Amino acid sequence: MTQGFLHLLTATNLSVFRGERLVFKGIGLSLSAGGMLQLRGENGAGKSTLLRALAGLTPLAAGTLSWDGAPALQDPCAHAARIAWLGHLDAVKPALDAGEHVPVAALRAVGLERYAALPARLLSAGQKRRLAIARVVAAGRPLWLLDEPTTGLDAASVARFGDLCMAHRAQGGMIIASTHLPLELPDMQVLAL
Amino acid sequence: MMALITRELKLSLRHGADTAAALVFFVIAATLFPFTVGPEPAMLARLAAGVVWVCALLAALLPLDRLFGADFEDGTLDLLLLSGLPAYAVAFAKAVVHWLTTGLPLLIIAGPLALMLRLPSDKIPLLLLTLVPGTMILSLLGTLAAAITLGARRAAVLMPLVTLPLMVPALIFGAAAVSSPHPAAPLYMLGAMLCAALPLAPLGAGAGLRAAAE
Repeated sequence: MTQGFLHLLTATNLSVFRGERLVFKGIGLSLSAGGMLQLRGENGAGKSTLLRALAGLTPLAAGTLSWDGAPALQDPCAHAARIAWLGHLDAVKPALDAGEHVPVAALRAVGLERYAALPARLLSAGQKRRLAIARVVAAGRPLWLLDEPTTGLDAASVARFGDLCMAHRAQGGMIIASTHLPLELPDMQVLAL
Repeated sequence: MMALITRELKLSLRHGADTAAALVFFVIAATLFPFTVGPEPAMLARLAAGVVWVCALLAALLPLDRLFGADFEDGTLDLLLLSGLPAYAVAFAKAVVHWLTTGLPLLIIAGPLALMLRLPSDKIPLLLLTLVPGTMILSLLGTLAAAITLGARRAAVLMPLVTLPLMVPALIFGAAAVSSPHPAAPLYMLGAMLCAALPLAPLGAGAGLRAAAE
């Protein structure tokens, strides 16, 4: 359908401080087109911090992040344009309709097309999460950074989310997701923090 | 950036009560002065320009804590910073929206309010002329303060403490332009302040946003 992505993301020796605390050090990862990496670890292990560091939101204390072999974080705007971000918060505006957050085609992908004209404040927690996932799908960016994407989703939505991930990977997209719930997709790397 | 401005305008229209609150505050605060200093026209006329300026300043502070506060709490700030726009462009868009939803309506009400305070009618165009750059400077500096205090405890208290001292020079020249027999010089001064704030405030605010998102 759309043109495929063909990119390579590599990180070596990443270390991040938050305040005075060293959250993690010496993290390395490599992800090629169509790859998926799952971050695992207990609460507070630094999964979200690693995602924020990969997005360029949290500065790295050490280490390098490169995109297609070139330093990724030198131009934060160009790096941001590669990323579709799903934080642990849904970033859904209660005053806007669901259809004003994302195009209706993306709502169809998460099964919310019937609610396009409904103010987002009337959506349930799981539906808001699906709306946030629809925004990731609609962004059309090569790298998805997802923080606990399946929180609050029912079984059918989790399965649909898995299909969306596979469709994105089939186009050459890359996914890095943190989760403590088992989300089993084929051919997936796991990084334990 | 236009898309961001349109979306923010749509949001503030949906939250119309917040915008209206600043205007009602402006009218009520200015109306309190005749009750305290007395209704004598000569006295009011002397105070009018200063009262309108100070009340507009205070009213414009009201919506500032929600300028980034709501986005910070619901995770939208991360998306804005990852939208591909530089952080200063996000801050500038927010300042534009603040001026359109607060500064501009204040400007429209300031005329009748000054008339009510017995400002001589030939002075009113001049007062409005000073308020045009004045409210713009306020939106820019307010955006800066809102971004810097973002994530701090009691940000709503801290923000006026940052904004108000910064606004003192604009206040001095704005009120001086109305009362002085030679209004051109203070007006140029206001223009110069706007020219300085226009690039510097969004740059500072952008840095503040990045720091808050860490």
